[in-house]
Amino acid sequence: MSGAPRAHELGIIGCHVCGLVCREPSVDDAACPRCGAALHRRKRDSIRRTWALLIAAFILYVPANVLPIMRTVSLGDIDDNTIISGVVELWVKGSPSLAVIVFTASIVVPMTKFLVLGTLLVTTQRGSNWALRQRARLYRAVEFIGYWSMLDVFVVALLTALVRFGFFSQVEPLTGVVFFGLTVILTMFASMSFDPRLMWDGPDHD
Amino acid sequence: MSTPEHGLASKHTTGQVAAAWLRASPGPLLICEHCDTVHRGRALARGEEMCCVRCGALLQRYHALDAGGMLALVLTALLVFLIANVWPVVTLGLGTQQSSATLWGMILRMWSQGSEVIAVVAAATLFFFPLNKMLMLGWVLLFARDGRRAPGFVAIMRTLYHLQPWTMTEVFVLGALVSIVKARAYFDVQADPGIWAYGVLTFLITIFSGIDLRRLWDTTERRA
Repeated sequence: MSGAPRAHELGIIGCHVCGLVCREPSVDDAACPRCGAALHRRKRDSIRRTWALLIAAFILYVPANVLPIMRTVSLGDIDDNTIISGVVELWVKGSPSLAVIVFTASIVVPMTKFLVLGTLLVTTQRGSNWALRQRARLYRAVEFIGYWSMLDVFVVALLTALVRFGFFSQVEPLTGVVFFGLTVILTMFASMSFDPRLMWDGPDHD
Repeated sequence: MSTPEHGLASKHTTGQVAAAWLRASPGPLLICEHCDTVHRGRALARGEEMCCVRCGALLQRYHALDAGGMLALVLTALLVFLIANVWPVVTLGLGTQQSSATLWGMILRMWSQGSEVIAVVAAATLFFFPLNKMLMLGWVLLFARDGRRAPGFVAIMRTLYHLQPWTMTEVFVLGALVSIVKARAYFDVQADPGIWAYGVLTFLITIFSGIDLRRLWDTTERRA
């Protein structure tokens, strides 16, 4: 590959927080001399933590999709919406292009995160050299898009605050939205705990 | 940039070639956060970006704004944030009744409707984190203009680093647009000043996201 050396080969380490380059410490719990953050070569327990968070997120994603996220009561008529039925309604009655955006944020992005992080974890655990640059790019993409999934949560919250016409029309949040919010937060933690450096370490890492 | 380079490669002899490379090339050391590859930083031309040769992640980009410019941006954002929070975002009309919502109205409503978790998440990611981020950044920049470190610089910079991914104002703006379209099928919808302020805020946040705050460590001195 390229001739540029990696930090460990030179016996140096970069601080995660402030970017200072220092000599690799000999003790385990060394702190960065400039900002005081813990110095470590790789994120601690990266693979195990990411798996745990990802699986927890996936478990919560099931009720998030199955349970309704929002109830509309108008003139005594009760209408419960799940994420998917909300998208369908938006497609039919609102604007198809926004329906696509909501569908992307609520379904495509979380599913992509599960798939991509799962793939990255498996290939990294095997020390695979397959498509390293593309995998690195995938990870950066997942980190970048992650929080956009909160879209539907904020839509429900705003509609709840707005539609308050008592008997005539009222919107209430339902449990599904809590599960969905937690799913998004857990996937964000999952992608943060994954250490992309491990991909480049090859077969023999922790 | 200060880098302790004495005897850098003395311990790990595996990379003799690498060590020679290290001594041969000038410039401050940069380590790619995504793959741990060591690079030498250099002065960049306007609009130029430097990416990692191994994994392609962004290492360094040209900064058009100095501390003073960034401070101006932060103060603008604070002002717009204030407007966005005081004025309602959207007003709905049904017959003669009207209902409008501000950010805090939304948060309190979610709390009273039994979605306390969402209320807390919204309060944190849409109000407390963005507000704290702007205040802390403003404080640090106020001193950084003359190359000084503000009191509490280290703690603030670490907090800013950790807050980084947890502000979601942009997402809220998109959510407001979706809500408007959804509500339009049943109600008269009127966009209020709050939504415009949020639009401007999103624009400012986009500028911010391109700024690497780490350089403040290098451009400020420990002792003023």
